[in-house]
Amino acid sequence: MKLVYFAWVRERTGTAEEDATPPEGVATVADLIAWLAGRGPGYEAAFAEPAAIRVAIDQVHVEHDEPIAGAREVALFPPMTGG
Amino acid sequence: MTITVRIQREDFDIAAEVARLSGESRDVGAIVTFSGLCRDEAGTLSALELEHYPGMAETEIRRIAEDAAARWPLAGLTAIHRHGRILPGENIVLVVAASSHREAAFEAASYLMDYLKTRAPFWKKEVMKDGTSGGWVSAKDADDRALDKWQDR
Repeated sequence: MKLVYFAWVRERTGTAEEDATPPEGVATVADLIAWLAGRGPGYEAAFAEPAAIRVAIDQVHVEHDEPIAGAREVALFPPMTGG
Repeated sequence: MTITVRIQREDFDIAAEVARLSGESRDVGAIVTFSGLCRDEAGTLSALELEHYPGMAETEIRRIAEDAAARWPLAGLTAIHRHGRILPGENIVLVVAASSHREAAFEAASYLMDYLKTRAPFWKKEVMKDGTSGGWVSAKDADDRALDKWQDR
């Protein structure tokens, strides 16, 4: 799946987007965030506080208990501050 | 009923957007506009950098606009949000709501802004006068609470 990052999540991971294949057992958004946090120091900093992360699957907002099976694009970002 | 959503780098022309909606129908009796501008934060801020999620930004604002159109009798609803570097005094966002009567226009514009602030994928980063980064603007609890007033209506 394609992962895309915005704002300080993008800055801390050091990348705007990447392709990733999470291992078996990574079933939900919460699992994905926990797996990403273990991928290196930048990722650890980005995902240290899972409650601060908002997620969209294929450009629709989802909660952390949402399954990621079948997702083409998962976006991870901080709370939004537009307007 | 026409919904227009635009995400763009360039400024918008408020008068032109109002004129477009007033021309939609002879039954438009009320047009409410809201425009959000960049503040200079007491002279300390030199610019905002607005990042957005291309594609989803437009889709999400359109979803919110469609919800508003389902709740109030509207003749037209326009939302324009800028991205990129925005200087103090410049426009960031515009909402124009047209209806037969003022109440629907006021409420639809307010509803659209309340949901846009917490659900449209935009992020503001501050650039300070001294050249340093002021960091990412934090989301406000007050913006989340603003949604409560629409829950049981």
